[in-house]
Amino acid sequence: MWKVVGERAVSLVVTLLMASVGIYGALFLAPGNPATLLAGGHATPAVLAAIERSEHLNEPFFARYWHWLVAVLHGNLGQSFVYREPVTTLLAGRVGNTVFLVLYAAALIIAGGVVLGLLGALDRRAGAVITVVTSVGLGIPSFVAAIALITVFSVKLGWFPVFGTGSGWLSQLWHLTLPAVALAISWTAYTAQLTKAAVREELGREHVETARSRGISTRHVIVRHVLRNAMIPITTVSGLTVAGLIAGDVVVEQAFGINGLGSFLVQSTLQKDFASVQAVSLILVATFVVVNGLVDVWSLVLDPRLRAGRA
Amino acid sequence: MSVLEIDHLAVDLPVEGVLRRVLHDVTLPIAPGEAVGLVGESGAGKSMVSRAVIRLLPEGAAVHGDIRYAGDSVLAMGRPALRHFRTHDVAMIFQDPRAHINPVRTVGDFLVEALVERGERRESATTTVTALLASVGVSDPERRFRQFPHELSGGLLQRVMIAAALAVSPTLLLADEPTTALDVTTQSDVMVILDARRRERGLAMLFVTHDLELAAAVCDRIAVLYAGLLIEDVPTGDLRRDLRHPYTAGLLASRPDPVSPRRRLAAIPGRPLSAFEIGPGCPFAPRCPFAVARCLSERPELRDLDTGRVACHRAEELRGQLLSIATPGAASA
Ligand SMILES: Nc1ncnc2c1ncn2[C@@H]1O[C@H](COP(=O)(O)OP(=O)(O)OP(=O)(O)O)[C@@H](O)[C@H]1O
Ligand code: SF4
Ligand SMILES: [Mg+2]
Repeated sequence: MWKVVGERAVSLVVTLLMASVGIYGALFLAPGNPATLLAGGHATPAVLAAIERSEHLNEPFFARYWHWLVAVLHGNLGQSFVYREPVTTLLAGRVGNTVFLVLYAAALIIAGGVVLGLLGALDRRAGAVITVVTSVGLGIPSFVAAIALITVFSVKLGWFPVFGTGSGWLSQLWHLTLPAVALAISWTAYTAQLTKAAVREELGREHVETARSRGISTRHVIVRHVLRNAMIPITTVSGLTVAGLIAGDVVVEQAFGINGLGSFLVQSTLQKDFASVQAVSLILVATFVVVNGLVDVWSLVLDPRLRAGRA
Repeated sequence: MSVLEIDHLAVDLPVEGVLRRVLHDVTLPIAPGEAVGLVGESGAGKSMVSRAVIRLLPEGAAVHGDIRYAGDSVLAMGRPALRHFRTHDVAMIFQDPRAHINPVRTVGDFLVEALVERGERRESATTTVTALLASVGVSDPERRFRQFPHELSGGLLQRVMIAAALAVSPTLLLADEPTTALDVTTQSDVMVILDARRRERGLAMLFVTHDLELAAAVCDRIAVLYAGLLIEDVPTGDLRRDLRHPYTAGLLASRPDPVSPRRRLAAIPGRPLSAFEIGPGCPFAPRCPFAVARCLSERPELRDLDTGRVACHRAEELRGQLLSIATPGAASA
């Protein structure tokens, strides 16, 4: 097992490095002078010269990349020349909101998706309803969900705030409920359909029949043999869900005016703040890669057949 | 008294929304400690009989007649009684251990599961099962316990399944083709172990197989199923000595040639019918070399004949002649 985990870890680091080369290199593929890009487009020759010096822009590509990478690994994500502040400082107040929102949505997706899927697979009538509901849910983009939720629950009913993130844990939970729901809807539907299919498939397996023939209680059969095994395909595709959450986060933060990484990414793009865009992209890509790595390892824990390194 | 009484069992299964008959009429008692071989060609309904006994028929199945264990109707059992029956009285050994054991849980988990389920402590269950593993010829039980099914060969895994079945100390074993999925080289080893453990514990067994020879080797009685109908029930000792049913005689004649086992001698001509296809007469009539007009119109009852039961209109008159067709060499007719 540890050998396989080691292999996965190595490939994860390689993937991260390649992604970082891509993200850093984009600066030089983009049309225009990199120093001008970093400065945000409007800068005096003196400022440009300073940027060229501080960012080692006159050195060969891989030397520049190396400087940048070492700085990133030390937690220095560069300087925003638009806001005249270190990018790290700009991100500090925003990361928390995004992490809260994404984890909240993920919890809703896992809880809602698995419960609905299980119910749909075990109960014929509930299954029919859930199939319809999830098919509809699957087709609702998060910005549409956001508008609908705001209209109904904030404007009409006044149950939830329209805007912002609140301060303090509970207030944050309250403020971020509608955004999390908007972010979670289609992925909950997706997870529910997937869970339903996986549970159905496992229910029909011969080993489940064996368990029944041995008088194992229905509850234990479901937990130990059906859900336990169905978790494998559910886990495998959860990497896709993570990618979807990251993309959806950008939209939802905009819609609900949440001061997080997603809205910052949009802002800095509009401001042509290249350093900030680069930093946020790096964080999002790294999160995606690392979470997928964890999903991989979790699959190994769930499926002993993979541990042999055969698949 | 019988430990198990299958009493005029008939089963319909839903096929594309309509019920289709797969078992017409099966009456079969099994005495305590007795091994009964249920034989027949593929599709005859053998598995459905064994599944009906442990209430594992496909969803939507309609069951008629009765199945009694120690006098209690299995079909009428409520949930608690059924669970008690399955955790204490009966155990099923399935054909393909690789598919029938959960691949993501350890062999140890599988072995102790039923014992733990009925309230035993895991440690005592482990002790019980470890001793059983040795008795079915699995070496190094502690290591096997921690292994996963894919790390064991098919033969070993089937021994694990046998140990798991014995673990609950049942009085009745159901074995559905327990060696068919195994390597030819390990088939007889596994069969020998199953037979030995069953005998020493005095367990009754319903042994489902398409292999009449194998059934005769390990069973006290042979029951022959054809198109969902029981057509003969005979003590193994009389099987070859005193042939009473043309189909059984044909099965015996089509056993593998002892000289070149790949060649099958005198297979019965024609294809076996499914239960839902048979007409009003004898189900074997279309293939029977002895069929007369009456065989097509009137279904022969399963009736007592000497030491067994037989369903053939001409059983008495054919008794003497059948021996010749079951003898290799005289079989080409
Ligand atoms: N789930 C099902 N739904 C409907 N019909 C079925 C189902 N399973 C089996 N059958 C039919 O029931 C009949 C009896 O099947 P069964 O599995 O008992 O045969 P068998 O004697 O065990 O044959 P084999 O030697 O191939 O295992 C067959 O004709 C089969 O096609
Ligand atoms: S009843 Fe007739 S058709 Fe059927 S086995 Fe006997 S002789 Fe053959
Ligand atoms: Mg079968």
